[in-house]
Amino acid sequence: MFKRLVDAGVAVAITVDGKRVAARVGDTVATAMIAAGIDHCRTTPVTGAPRAPYCLMGVCFECLVTVDGVGSRQGCLVPVSEGMAVETQTGKREAGR
Amino acid sequence: MTKASDLASSYDLVVIGGGPAGLAAAALAARAGLSTVLFDENPGVGGQIYRAITSSPVKDRAILGVDFWVGAELAAEAKASGALIVNGATVWSLDPTRLVGVSIAGQARLIQASRVIIATGALERPFPIPGWTLPGVMSAGGAQTALKAQGLVPSGRTVMAGGGPLLWLLAAQILRAGGKLDAILDTTPRTNWLRAFAHLPDFVLSPYFSKGLKLLREVRAKVRVIRVDRLEAVGDDKLREVVYGAAGGERRMPADLLLLHQGIVPNVNLAIAAGVTHAWNERQLSFEPVLDENFNSSVHGIAVAGDGAGIAGGTAAAERGRIAAVAAVRALRPEASMPDTQAIRQRLQREEMGRVFLDWLNRPADSFRRPKGDTIVCRCEEVTAGQVRYTANMGCEGPNQMKAFLRCGMGPCQGRLCGLTVTELIAAERRTTPAEVGYFRLRPPVKPITLAELASLPIAETERKAVER
Repeated sequence: MFKRLVDAGVAVAITVDGKRVAARVGDTVATAMIAAGIDHCRTTPVTGAPRAPYCLMGVCFECLVTVDGVGSRQGCLVPVSEGMAVETQTGKREAGR
Repeated sequence: MTKASDLASSYDLVVIGGGPAGLAAAALAARAGLSTVLFDENPGVGGQIYRAITSSPVKDRAILGVDFWVGAELAAEAKASGALIVNGATVWSLDPTRLVGVSIAGQARLIQASRVIIATGALERPFPIPGWTLPGVMSAGGAQTALKAQGLVPSGRTVMAGGGPLLWLLAAQILRAGGKLDAILDTTPRTNWLRAFAHLPDFVLSPYFSKGLKLLREVRAKVRVIRVDRLEAVGDDKLREVVYGAAGGERRMPADLLLLHQGIVPNVNLAIAAGVTHAWNERQLSFEPVLDENFNSSVHGIAVAGDGAGIAGGTAAAERGRIAAVAAVRALRPEASMPDTQAIRQRLQREEMGRVFLDWLNRPADSFRRPKGDTIVCRCEEVTAGQVRYTANMGCEGPNQMKAFLRCGMGPCQGRLCGLTVTELIAAERRTTPAEVGYFRLRPPVKPITLAELASLPIAETERKAVER
């Protein structure tokens, strides 16, 4: 869906569901996932439909992901950092996360 | 990086939002001697219009254009002013006593402000079409954010749809960056000209006129533009094609990415939660705070500047921020020397010229604001237009009672992506006005926070003794 216009940024290695994703300094979790071609970041609690980042400015809450064990973080507001572990969310939130 | 523990317990002025209004307000107030802190939830300042102004990887200045890069001056001014600027700071509460709840890297604090300037700007108007929740459908603003901040350009089959200045600007920026657009589906009704025409002379004299024409020519030379009156995103697990109605017939177009936009509206969540009185603006089809000439709201000591006060654009936002800041300084340090507000007001007036024309010309069609049937209205709770209409017909009088029936507006986005649609649908079904129907009652926290963040609030000895035996 998207490609990098200039790919000169410093590489930051994160994982999404255990798989390595090559992010860049300046990426947020949501844009790193978009750039890596990951087509959805969660499924909804109501019908289980897949959802992907929509607004990228912190208002739509579609990009909710688990970041380093903390659930329902807004991926578009969290800058990536080396070694960050991101997990996509499935359906209803699990208790304690 | 400023930590929550670095913050003072009180400031003369707390500015919320680091776009043009917030940056200009903080710079002016800090230079006049007010202890000033600016909170912004994004990784860097600039707001949406000047997103990533200090860090954008898009170095070819022609791509984003001069109107983007002017933001660098605002950011530099604010930085040099002595105001404390904190990014990654989420304001989740503001009450009428001006107690500001803020969270930074998982640590929360309550800060007392003598004055508050809310500069939370705008967000894109909901664009509820069938299939708009599918992966592969994004807001145009989202794509623009990814271009500005990360240098991401759409690849694959890309369709843009909707109307309004931002749609055309983004189209031009994508093309300049070497991206390709398969088509632009223009949803603006031609009949809008009837109401816009009377305001044309004002527009011709405004700075938008020549810029707008140039932009339209630039885009139309390279992309097929199709006037449509119906629009649908189709796919199973993600977008596969865009279906549209044009000139009486139905057409289909395969697509990987659909970018939607039909204008911007004030981001009202924090101001409403703080108790600020809002009113319906029929021309801009949105709620906006009721303000005096200095942008002071109905709550003492709280002002709303920038597009959050009603849409007027980025350069107008900065002037509004300055006017609100001057009022704050006059209230707290009357002896401080202030810039000539008459000059600021004149610049603001010039920036606001042509806006009425743009509002009428780009007014989104009723059918794209008031969907029918199975089209999802509330994305979070997956509530359809049919359900909202049916419930309104059953006797449900307003958005707040609607929550109890349908949960619409009760998901994590707190109505940001459905509020206006719900109000307009209820008004249409009950044959009344959006002003009469009103908006969701919003309460803090306006952004979700964890209990751990709340538990990190410092507790005074007296507070501890009040509950411990």
